[in-house]
Amino acid sequence: MSEIQIWDVPAETMPREELRKLQLKRLHECVARASRVGFYREKFAKNGITANSIKSLDDLKRLPFTVKNDLRANYPFGMLAVPKSDLVRIHASSGTTGKPTLCGYTARDLDNWANLCARFLTAGGLRKEHTAQVSFGYGLFTGGFGLHYGIEKIGCAVIPISSGNSARQLLMLQDAAPDALISTPSYALNLAEALHEAGIAPGSLNLKMAFFGGEAWTEDMRHEIERSMGIMVYNNYGLSEVLGPGVSGECQCRTGMHIQEDHFLFECINPETEEPVAEGEQGELVITALTREAMPIIRYRTRDLAILDCSPCPCGRTTMRMGRVYGRTDDMMIIRGVNVFPSQIEEALLKVGGTAPHYLIELSRPKNTDRAVVKVEMRAQDFSDQMSELQALKQRIDREIRSMTGLHFDIELVAPNTLERSLGKAKRVVDMRNLKD
Amino acid sequence: MSTTIHQLSLFLENRSGAINEICQALKENNISIRTLSLADTEQFGILRLLVKEWEKARDILSTAGFVVRETNVTALTVEDRPGGLADILDALAKHGVNVEYMYAFTFGEGNKAIMVFRFADHEKAIAALEAEKIDTVKEIDLFR
Repeated sequence: MSEIQIWDVPAETMPREELRKLQLKRLHECVARASRVGFYREKFAKNGITANSIKSLDDLKRLPFTVKNDLRANYPFGMLAVPKSDLVRIHASSGTTGKPTLCGYTARDLDNWANLCARFLTAGGLRKEHTAQVSFGYGLFTGGFGLHYGIEKIGCAVIPISSGNSARQLLMLQDAAPDALISTPSYALNLAEALHEAGIAPGSLNLKMAFFGGEAWTEDMRHEIERSMGIMVYNNYGLSEVLGPGVSGECQCRTGMHIQEDHFLFECINPETEEPVAEGEQGELVITALTREAMPIIRYRTRDLAILDCSPCPCGRTTMRMGRVYGRTDDMMIIRGVNVFPSQIEEALLKVGGTAPHYLIELSRPKNTDRAVVKVEMRAQDFSDQMSELQALKQRIDREIRSMTGLHFDIELVAPNTLERSLGKAKRVVDMRNLKD
Repeated sequence: MSTTIHQLSLFLENRSGAINEICQALKENNISIRTLSLADTEQFGILRLLVKEWEKARDILSTAGFVVRETNVTALTVEDRPGGLADILDALAKHGVNVEYMYAFTFGEGNKAIMVFRFADHEKAIAALEAEKIDTVKEIDLFR
């Protein structure tokens, strides 16, 4: 463990009482900004909410929830509180069907974002003199660019290698000698194996730490990576709907991920009753993005299940922490870091066949890389006596799924009535990746 | 007399017992298989069957849950000499007839070689065979 450093001492060690005051002030501003968004304006009007009616943090309960479908219904720019000309960046997150949801950022949003990433990177021990290899995908996904600017903010050198091409990743790890690796945990396991296969001793590398996010993982995976690569590994959390990575992250005490509470107001609710759960109990995280200029998001239902922890942390930060996300309240899958809903697969199949056949998604993780298979039951109307046409059918399905999700799925054609059906409701996903502790 | 043979094509998953299930269903209904051909990939295959009572077999297999469809194919007798097949293919090529797939079996007196053809354009192929005076094997003769 290196000496404890804190990126933003006033913000991260603010006394709780003062923090609550700041949150209230920012909630007030957030509601005022949100009133410029048609979607919120209507909801506020219905419930008699104005910025001035927000008198205490308890008034948060009077504000409406925002769900993924609201973002989708307001595609592409209906959730913006600023003119589109004020945006300096647009990212996207996959939708449950068809179109993605877009996330806009103003210059100030990007600056906040970089600082928030700098906070958790500093908390894990990244320093100005270090070099960091970003093996997250660069693109519409918020992971690559989000971390990139956080690292630059600290003053580190960034190796923006993006994901894929293990041989080149190893070359950089050896020759550019980064101190830190930024990736999904499964990709790091993949790299650890590639190192082993290439006969490169992890101890010969300069790598000291890694920051993982973007997908569910376990303590077992942490131990495995730390043991095999001889590094320290830190968890971080975020979602593009409220910002991207940087919403929370672990410090060197690793007692949960410190929530950047001056920018995000967290609630933890029972997803059915929508009432807060008792402290220390598992529930769905609901996040209000207090400072987002371009897209103020109020009480966003993340569908992520986790535990909040308000006990003090030895690192000196006063912020509340969250445990690792242990599940979802919906059927969203995270495959190679990409969010995918079964409904997207269904829509792709619908496009190919007119009506969707019975199907099953199987996820596994051979060699530490997610493998996604869609088993599709053959129907008389899709069947051809020609092998070439059946192969073409598979290719059409693959193409549609790829255009819908950005991911390649292996397509398997199976005999009718061979996929499991339970109580009339079809089972759509079998996840064999063992991602839970 | 029709020169069209009704072949049954079935979707098969590549797993042990898949073909046997089809054979069992036919056995229980006392249907004999004249010949069959299998096209397969690593994961699935297409089983092509010639049976006399193809309509009955189709209904039985379909009811049993198999994906089955009928396909029009053509059967030709191929002379057992060098060039026996080449001559036929030559004649078809002259008319621009494409073969999707073909398979062979021996049958009847003197173990005559019969080749089953699936043409890309069935009607065009029939016309070409007539023009070239190539005799086809009638369905009725195939199941005598």
